[in-house]
Amino acid sequence: MFSITVKNIIKTYNGVKAVDDVSFDVKKGELFGLIGPDGAGKTSLFRILTTLLLADSGTAEVEGHDVVKEYQTIRNKVGYMPGKFSLYQDLTVDENLKFFAAIFETSIEENYDLIKDIYEQIKPFSKRRAGKLSGGMKQKLALCCALIHKPEVLFLDEPTTGVDVVSRKEFWDMLAKLKEQNITILVSTPYMDEARLCDRIALMQNGKIMSVDQPENIVNSFPKLLFAVKSKNIYPLLEALRTDKDVESCYAFGEYLHLTLNEDGKLQAVIDIASRYHPEDLEILEITPTIEDSFIRLMHEQKEVNHGK
Amino acid sequence: MENKAIICRDLTKQFGDFKAVDSISFDVDQGEIFGFLGANGAGKTTAMRILCGLSYPTSGTALVAGFNVYKQQEQIKKNIGYMSQKFSLYDNLTILENIEFYGGVYGVSRKDIKTRSTELVSTLGLENEAKKLVGSLPLGWKQKLAFSVAVFHRPKIVFLDEPTGGVDPITRRQFWDMIYQAAADGITVFVTTHYMDEAEYCNRISVMVDGRVEAMDTPSNLKKKFNTHSMDDVFYELARGAKRSGD
Repeated sequence: MFSITVKNIIKTYNGVKAVDDVSFDVKKGELFGLIGPDGAGKTSLFRILTTLLLADSGTAEVEGHDVVKEYQTIRNKVGYMPGKFSLYQDLTVDENLKFFAAIFETSIEENYDLIKDIYEQIKPFSKRRAGKLSGGMKQKLALCCALIHKPEVLFLDEPTTGVDVVSRKEFWDMLAKLKEQNITILVSTPYMDEARLCDRIALMQNGKIMSVDQPENIVNSFPKLLFAVKSKNIYPLLEALRTDKDVESCYAFGEYLHLTLNEDGKLQAVIDIASRYHPEDLEILEITPTIEDSFIRLMHEQKEVNHGK
Repeated sequence: MENKAIICRDLTKQFGDFKAVDSISFDVDQGEIFGFLGANGAGKTTAMRILCGLSYPTSGTALVAGFNVYKQQEQIKKNIGYMSQKFSLYDNLTILENIEFYGGVYGVSRKDIKTRSTELVSTLGLENEAKKLVGSLPLGWKQKLAFSVAVFHRPKIVFLDEPTGGVDPITRRQFWDMIYQAAADGITVFVTTHYMDEAEYCNRISVMVDGRVEAMDTPSNLKKKFNTHSMDDVFYELARGAKRSGD
């Protein structure tokens, strides 16, 4: 059974298609990621699915309920953590929790198991106003409030944006635990490295889904051999390689350059090409692509399709 | 001293009992790309505000572009550029108006504004958009334009506060091309980021934890020191013991 089904959703703002004919399904209990930069259409989709925004056309269901006709039913079944902190800044941590519990006609105690791990981290600040919490604590409180009524589906819009590596890791650990409770989670993120923590992902750009699959399938469907190149003075090498006639693409990836050739060749072919530019301490290896490699490749394909029109 | 863009010694900023910045010391060379990393709440923003001449330290010293952070805040502001993800350009002004406005604020002559803005618009390939409102530009373009505007008055140093947050992976790399170009032109780049691959693009990086600089070196030396191949691990090792967590 599907927890979320999205069919041909289109949403336009002032003539700009924020969501452009998007369709996908999320299975019950799945941790599904919408991966893409700002402006990809992620937030609009979240707002449509949480019944806060009407699509221009297309249909969507959450737990079998239509987002337009049965919006009230859906609101009782979902938890939503928007990208922007949206709790009451002037209420304390406890007051916020009690408020959300009261609205959903439940209590903190009733589903305490679900929020226990997270709640215990913010408990020392229970009398502090939400507005005075640190970023990481606000995030944890928001997650608690979104979970307080034991939702069947959890919507998390960019929960880790602007958050440091340590807190991001903690947050994903929390999601893994929630997944064990069979809660369906739809999460969005601009960080490509978080994609591999999801069961399935949709790569989004300019309102469109470029690919939907398991992260490893997306990576495996990369159509070319990919090489990592490293040398001293890497920047001049990058500039040289990306204009080389035999090089199809060349991008900086941390300390390496990732490179594909117009015609797939063995490692030696790449060594020959790179050697044209006399790099020092040249190191080249064939590598498995990352989601970011796939994303860049799909962006190029999308552009070519658009130019074709 | 001549070739140092920033000299920072025991710089401290205290709010009541709380040491937001706790005796940090470092130098940044002219033309260097310096990554200023840290956990949330580590004190990066507070330190940056001092270095940009927006806030006074409690103790310690710092020279930015040769100017003293206590006494010469106005000279500092004239000699640096600043750009952040959160605020960069005025959406309700056109591209040209934004350039003219910033150029004017920084005292670039009308003649220079005219020639340089034509040049800039053509380098960015925005000739057809020059008279359009900035608000109508895609985010990636906006950020690239914002960076160009931040270095329009040819500052000695440019401060970039998470300049690539939320930007797509291709634009993110084009943005770093611009950073390299600026550095090649002799502009010192002081940049914060949460992307660890971008930390690798810096000549040197520092990592702040709980108000202190816990590590500072080239990315490759730091990886050697922590016996790992990824900056992610380096950062994680340094920051996981952090007591503070904030914005």
